[in-house]
Amino acid sequence: MRSVTFPGGIHPDYEKEPVASRTIRESTVPERIVIQMTQHVGAPCRPLVKKGDKVKMGQLVGEAAGFVSAPVHSSVSGRVISVDRAPHPLGMELPSIIVEPDGEDEREFMEPIENPLDEDPKILKERVKDAGLVGMGGAAFPTHVKLSPPPDKPIDTVLFNGTECEPYLTADDRVMREMPNRVLKGMQIAAYILGLREGVVCIETNKPEAIEAISKECESFPGFRVQPLEVKYPQGGEKQLIQAVFGREVPAGGLPMDCGVMVFNVNTCGAICDAVYEGRPLITRITTVTGHGVQTPANLRVRLGTSISHLLDQCGGFSREPGKVILGGPMMGVAIHDLSVPVLKSVGGVLVQPRDEVLDQGYGPCIRCGNCVRACPMRLIPNELGNYAEKRLWEEAEDRDLMDCMECGCCTYVCPAFRPLIHFIRTARAKVHEKRSKK
Amino acid sequence: MSEKTTEKTTGVAIDDPGRAEEGVVRSGENAKRESVSDEKASEEKVRAKKVRQEKVGEDKESKISVAEAPPLLVSSTSPHVHGTETVPKIMWTVFVCLLPATAVGVYRFGMDAAVVLATCVGSAIIFEAVIQRLFKKEVTVSDGSAALTGLLLGLNLPAGCPIYVCLVGSLVAVGIAKAVFGGLGHNPFNPAITARVFLLISFPVALTTWPLTNQQVREGGPPVQYFGSRTTWKDSGGRVLKQDSANAEKIDVVTGATPLPAVKNDYKKGSLSHINYMDLFLGNQPGCIGEISALALLLGGLVLLLMGYITWHIPLAYLFTVALIASVTHMIDPGRYAGPLFHWFTGGLMIGAFFMATDYVTSPVYPKGKLLFGLGLGLLTMLIRLWGGYPEGVSFSILLMNAATPLIDRFTRPKKYGLKRWAGAQQGGN
Repeated sequence: MRSVTFPGGIHPDYEKEPVASRTIRESTVPERIVIQMTQHVGAPCRPLVKKGDKVKMGQLVGEAAGFVSAPVHSSVSGRVISVDRAPHPLGMELPSIIVEPDGEDEREFMEPIENPLDEDPKILKERVKDAGLVGMGGAAFPTHVKLSPPPDKPIDTVLFNGTECEPYLTADDRVMREMPNRVLKGMQIAAYILGLREGVVCIETNKPEAIEAISKECESFPGFRVQPLEVKYPQGGEKQLIQAVFGREVPAGGLPMDCGVMVFNVNTCGAICDAVYEGRPLITRITTVTGHGVQTPANLRVRLGTSISHLLDQCGGFSREPGKVILGGPMMGVAIHDLSVPVLKSVGGVLVQPRDEVLDQGYGPCIRCGNCVRACPMRLIPNELGNYAEKRLWEEAEDRDLMDCMECGCCTYVCPAFRPLIHFIRTARAKVHEKRSKK
Repeated sequence: MSEKTTEKTTGVAIDDPGRAEEGVVRSGENAKRESVSDEKASEEKVRAKKVRQEKVGEDKESKISVAEAPPLLVSSTSPHVHGTETVPKIMWTVFVCLLPATAVGVYRFGMDAAVVLATCVGSAIIFEAVIQRLFKKEVTVSDGSAALTGLLLGLNLPAGCPIYVCLVGSLVAVGIAKAVFGGLGHNPFNPAITARVFLLISFPVALTTWPLTNQQVREGGPPVQYFGSRTTWKDSGGRVLKQDSANAEKIDVVTGATPLPAVKNDYKKGSLSHINYMDLFLGNQPGCIGEISALALLLGGLVLLLMGYITWHIPLAYLFTVALIASVTHMIDPGRYAGPLFHWFTGGLMIGAFFMATDYVTSPVYPKGKLLFGLGLGLLTMLIRLWGGYPEGVSFSILLMNAATPLIDRFTRPKKYGLKRWAGAQQGGN
């Protein structure tokens, strides 16, 4: 089948090997699990346990505070040693529940649903919500919210995002290769909740094994098909994916549902399957530990709340002096400074850059080469946005569609003057948000 | 335990108590960092590597701790990787792409050309360094931008141009056209062209004294009809001599008119009928050092296009517009107006279209704007060439269009994603 793509974007070094060909292995249980109350977009959870409480694996420990929120569960059985603030990948200390595992793994899962496709979609949606599912591609948007489009926005197509366009990461790839049945079962449920019987699995052509595995599995899931995509970053962005597959553009300021499409990550689909067929809440995820600074890169099935340092230890630790430890991929990931932060629902990768690979380059003035304009998948003008933001002209930047930026980082990647355009743009966006919230 | 605490204060504190204790045990081993990282088992290797590589005073040498010290990590905003493009790479690539034209210039005009080029490049670099030093700015001459400006200026001067003229040109290019406006990226006008036009107005004789190419001199000058009576033989003092056996020894330089004014002013003498296009294409014509060979310039320009350093928009729009106007006028009066090929291969059109008009800083950024820019250049150039007071209009038209660049940019910004309509589109959110 012909592979498709979107205009703009970049071709970074993907560096998916050698970790792409390593099977997922089970991570060991650390001595302490830190369950953050903020693991999703939306209101933080309210802790339901207190110090000294016994918790079971899968037990609800933080309840959702509002519709756009997702509950959190304990990933181990054990004793709560404190309910306090702990380091969060975002850089601050946020409320969390710290559990000392007892090694028993005593379970408290929900009731499995045997034949979900005979159930009322509402029950399934409720299950997705109770399981605490969020978008596991990195955005961490609560899944049940996406499964509840307003009635005036009919959904006619579901896309399943297996593009994994971020360099280095292979968590989606591995899941598609090793558990195609689980992934497709989850997709079927997601489509069913939206009232559909079919779906399109989008995979970039640099993952031929995944394409093969899913295509084969699709034979037993009528209505589902694989759409190969040309390799390009940021193809996994919802708007770019929709543009690549259908040639449709999501209206400016709108959401994918505004053009009748909904997009789910393949790992999220795997988790939907677990939640429905096994009653298992979201307490583990597949995370890639990779980069040239790691001794033996690996794909690990990790209990949420495991510290990053524990993951690194299991991969043989650092191979060279580390420079950056990044949660997520190199294009949009967050560089952390504290290795005690826990794995969250959205952390699909831990990337270690050795010190000698860390960019330490001053930046020069814009020479107007236009590389950023050609690379911008949103057809914005990063050069001018950067200049305005650098001069603190927030309103001028806002007038030039600043808020349409999705911070994919293409402009910064291609800038020959090493201008930190995304940094400028983020700063300006924060200022605009500040101004808007004052009104 | 004291070692432990010092490590903690310098590093970023992490980790669970269990591992911290382990670390203390290890610190007691007094192992040297190097030997540990090389020889011990992998788990210990991890710990060794995790030790922050901090300088320890000599007195503390024996106390180097292989303790549980976390690495000092760099934290910055994404993206964490960068492409291979850099400003120096772009500048030096353009520089290299100009070398074929440079080589043709030196081949055609000899040492006189080499001296002009070397003076311009060298002085541009030195002036930029001095100016940046004077203004207490970072000296950035290694980025190649000053060298490129110098080379472009040299290529736009006639061979044998006096050295002091070259120096004034460099100073104007680097100092006035560029540094005054804030340096790289801030100059509204192309520095090399600004300098050239400055020199053309200030030193009109020096800038319009066109030596014939070596080949033309060997062949006894170009056809008289073609160049009219303008071919002159001068001695080293610049005095005009008659070409006869008595003066043969004294002749130092032979100058003539470039094809453009010859055709423009002397068309009645039938100069149009003597055009040898192959001579023009290969650079056997008087003119600026770098502009004479369309072949060499096309070669360099093509490389830039293929490498993606310039886009096709400006050169193509420029060349197309020139060809269009030349064709129409040529059809109206073939005896008076030369055809498109003549206009393409003479004057500074090729070097202008591929190397000067495409200068990032002074040309529009967006594709539509580039097309408009090229169109404007073509119109202005032909207006000046056919009916203006000067025989050549590439420099003036580029400067004029440079002035229009901010305006063009403003009206040709791309439409952002999500404004295109498709069948069945629903109204977007907020």
